[in-house]
Amino acid sequence: MTTSTAPTTGQNAPDIPAPAYADGTQALSISGVNHSYGSRRALIDINFSVAPASFTALLGLNGAGKSTLFALVTRLFGIQAGHIGIFGHDIRLAPGEALRLLGVVFQPRTLDLDLSVTQNLLYHAALHGIGRRDARSRSGDVLTRIGLADRAGSKVRDLSGGQMRRLEIARALLHRPRLLLLDEATVGLDVKARADILSHVRQLVAEQGIGVLWATHLFDEIAAGDDLVVLHQGQILAQGPVARVIAEAGADNVNAAFMRLTGAAAPTGSPAP
Amino acid sequence: MSSTTVRPVERGFSFAEYLTCLNGIVWREALRFLHQRERFVSALVRPLVWLFIFAAGFRQVLGISIIPPYETYILYEVYIAPGLMAMIQLFNGMQSSLSMVYDREMGNMRTLLVSPLPRGYLLFCKLLAGTAVSLLQVYAFLLIAWFWDIAPPPTGYLTVLPALVLSGLMLGALGMLISSGIKQLENFAGVMNFVIFPMFFASSALYPLWRVREGSPLLYYVCLFNPFTHAVELIRFALYGQINWISLLVVGGCAAVFMLGAIYAYDPSRGLVRRGPAGGET
Repeated sequence: MTTSTAPTTGQNAPDIPAPAYADGTQALSISGVNHSYGSRRALIDINFSVAPASFTALLGLNGAGKSTLFALVTRLFGIQAGHIGIFGHDIRLAPGEALRLLGVVFQPRTLDLDLSVTQNLLYHAALHGIGRRDARSRSGDVLTRIGLADRAGSKVRDLSGGQMRRLEIARALLHRPRLLLLDEATVGLDVKARADILSHVRQLVAEQGIGVLWATHLFDEIAAGDDLVVLHQGQILAQGPVARVIAEAGADNVNAAFMRLTGAAAPTGSPAP
Repeated sequence: MSSTTVRPVERGFSFAEYLTCLNGIVWREALRFLHQRERFVSALVRPLVWLFIFAAGFRQVLGISIIPPYETYILYEVYIAPGLMAMIQLFNGMQSSLSMVYDREMGNMRTLLVSPLPRGYLLFCKLLAGTAVSLLQVYAFLLIAWFWDIAPPPTGYLTVLPALVLSGLMLGALGMLISSGIKQLENFAGVMNFVIFPMFFASSALYPLWRVREGSPLLYYVCLFNPFTHAVELIRFALYGQINWISLLVVGGCAAVFMLGAIYAYDPSRGLVRRGPAGGET
């Protein structure tokens, strides 16, 4: 997880130059981050990184501090202590450059329900300085890729929950970020919609070399080849490749490893890999 | 797929990117406004009720002597028209701030705030977009008022435009500043009562300040220090091709102060950092 990796070249990769990161730059690097709400400490000495073209699962129960961490990475909250870098750009010192490389899907829906699917995408493109013609072309592409081309003119409020999530992912990719953050992106979706979205995101990692940080409390969303960060009550309890985390916890699977590490009741979801 | 080495080079943003962002925010605000037809109608009905009913009733009660910028006796309806124009902008500014609170509660505010362009610029674009919407409403009001024989000099429709832009920015920035301090939508109604009504009534919108001074010297000073009074006077003078320099300074100064306050409040390291995560998130 902490080593730099060249992105995988996929067969269906779009025409986007793939960065090599020969200098070892991480897609996301977090070091010494602390955050408090008044006297309550929400994050305590957080250190981890996400390599380009990797899928890192941030596993934690509700209240672990996942959304706070996302708010810090996306600069919704100011950093009280520590450093956060996106491809070497410090989020505090060079927020524009850092955010340009970042796509994000928040836990609550952030689409404008009164606008159409395409209008939501065009608005997002404008916020990234992408001209109207280019934005239309990109919108058409992403909608085709996520299977919503026939709903381009529909009001967002008429979409299903799964379609909205797919649209949010498509929107997060519209400005061609190199790092994608997804905060509990499958919450409230049925089993098939969850599987579709997870598969789509893994495809992005493989084909486009995007680094992904996937926050979840569901074990069955973690695959054997993923990197894993276990966050509990604001602290990282374990991190590394899934197999190593399981082995170091002396467990047989992620579910058991998580319970051993936290002493907590098992979160909802299916058994782990 | 070709391969390039990425270094943390800061390339900044081009003028075209800034302009595209502004266009996008104004376009979205306009779309939302068009989708909310009731908002447009209510924005017009409110001042028209004041004009057609209140002003008609008070015409005989409140005499208006010759005061600048007027060069002759005028009807009461003519006197309150600039105040009603400013009232449209005041309500629009508060409506925009309400929409920001709503956006923040619903989550779509994050779309704006995670844009890579400078946050101060994004808020300024949002402000300009709200001002543009208020201009549409004011000119629609002026058109209807023209049929009611409230007709400033033809050039007045043009000369009032910069004044409307400035007063729209000031009132929009005030709304934005207020929205930064409101955590929940349901708290908004109370704030409106403490902002809109005192600002509107303690101003020169409905009666000239010399009349206020006759009735209550204290209220006169309250009106004098009310920035809304200066927005009204700036519009009133501009409508007749004149500039009220004091009002211009006050409105410009207040617009800058309110805007800087809003940028400060929305700065992640200052304003939002004091707040906890949204409901249900951690």
